[in-house]
Amino acid sequence: MTLKYTEDHEWLKIDGDTATVGITVHAQDALGDVVFVDLPAVGTSFAQKEVAGVVESVKAAADVYMPVSGEIIEINQALKDDPSLANSDPLGTGWFFKVKLSEKSQLDALLDESAYAQFSKDA
Amino acid sequence: MSATDPILLTTPLHDLHVELGARMVPFAGYAMPVQYPAGLMAEHLHTRTAAGLFDVSHMGQLRLVGVDAAAALETLMPVDVMGLPAGKQRYGLLLNDDGGIIDDLMFVNRGSDIFVIVNGACKIGDIAHIQKNISARCNVVPMPEMALMALQGPHAVNALERLAPGVEKLVFMTGGRFTVAGCDCFLTRSGYTGEDGFEISVHESQADTLARALLAQPEVKPIGLGARNSLRLEAGLCLYGNDIDTTTTPIEANLNWAIQKVRRTHGARAGGFPGAEKILAQLDNPSLLERVRVGLIALERIPVRDHAELQSMDGAPIGDVTSGLLAPSINQPIAIGYVKPEFATIGSTINAIVRGQPVAMQVSAMPFVPNRYFRG
Repeated sequence: MTLKYTEDHEWLKIDGDTATVGITVHAQDALGDVVFVDLPAVGTSFAQKEVAGVVESVKAAADVYMPVSGEIIEINQALKDDPSLANSDPLGTGWFFKVKLSEKSQLDALLDESAYAQFSKDA
Repeated sequence: MSATDPILLTTPLHDLHVELGARMVPFAGYAMPVQYPAGLMAEHLHTRTAAGLFDVSHMGQLRLVGVDAAAALETLMPVDVMGLPAGKQRYGLLLNDDGGIIDDLMFVNRGSDIFVIVNGACKIGDIAHIQKNISARCNVVPMPEMALMALQGPHAVNALERLAPGVEKLVFMTGGRFTVAGCDCFLTRSGYTGEDGFEISVHESQADTLARALLAQPEVKPIGLGARNSLRLEAGLCLYGNDIDTTTTPIEANLNWAIQKVRRTHGARAGGFPGAEKILAQLDNPSLLERVRVGLIALERIPVRDHAELQSMDGAPIGDVTSGLLAPSINQPIAIGYVKPEFATIGSTINAIVRGQPVAMQVSAMPFVPNRYFRG
């Protein structure tokens, strides 16, 4: 399983031709206490960079972008019920949705851990 | 920060904020703490249950000196200034000639002067406006050397009276001079959270000492601007620039209570302020209003934010949201907005459009969270 990152501060855990997507530690820290998430419907397909959801703290709302093209195959209902999971466990139980990849080659252009660490430090 | 950002001013508490781990953001030209490590939610709830200390030194402080000062200030505001007894504080509104709100402010009759506190983002314009219009009648003295902090919450009085016995005798919207932890302060029992509490004006040279003395009290934690905004919205209080501005009149903004009887039609000093004709006409004949400010509570747990369009249940545009967030104390989305008057009845249901979808909201009385002012 490989971990990749986007410049929109999302992470992807890749397992074969599916990926689990969430927001990074940096993203949840910048947002503050997450109070609301809106997740896409299972079965919906999005192109890369399309807005697939929303994550909101008291002070701000941020779009959740589709990090790669594909179809939503599962969403994290536990996160919808308790949005604070995005703060307390952003890389684990605070995941957002799972995608069936339609263009696997898009993964090559995503950031690896050290590239993202550098990117978020400069951001 | 990029090289194109303007240089930010700092308040006298800047080093303390950094030491406390605050996240600093640009606000009204200043680097200000938006939150501390505890985070907005914890800071908000701490203020509602104990006491929070806010640095609001970005706000403008000035004093008006001279026997004619109260009468002069009355020419700029639809408010009873001359009738305000010594030691008392009142809410005021600077108006333009169309009756639009240039700024909202607080003023205190201190006996020897009128002490005025205005919004940080407006202070340069406000002071210029006041000087231009009334400096022939009184001395307009800006006080950039003064810091301002607010201590808010149900336990604020316990923390403060330990350092300054006697402050507990002040009631809501009164003020006086006190020595707090060795610092010379002018205190008022007022604030912007809906809670009991105090606003404290102190010389910049003593601000750090005073803030540390307050933070050393067990009830008190530092609170950032993020929680300041959610607290004031729960209290139903307007944020200048969002909920009121130069295009809104006090009557549209439902601030009728701020216009005392003496300045209204048939009052002893009726009119005589900028935009009086329009404002008194709106006050006397509400059917002239095209929109009015209301409180809104969403019926689903979907936050509704500034600029969301408001529609009638049959889809006609009727207004927009000017402030909105998920209220930490009641865990429900709340908002302030403007609607056509026929939709302003408390209890009626309208839709806010969020990401293209309607979210039902009920027109609600404000405050959303009961005020807990100390009235003696």
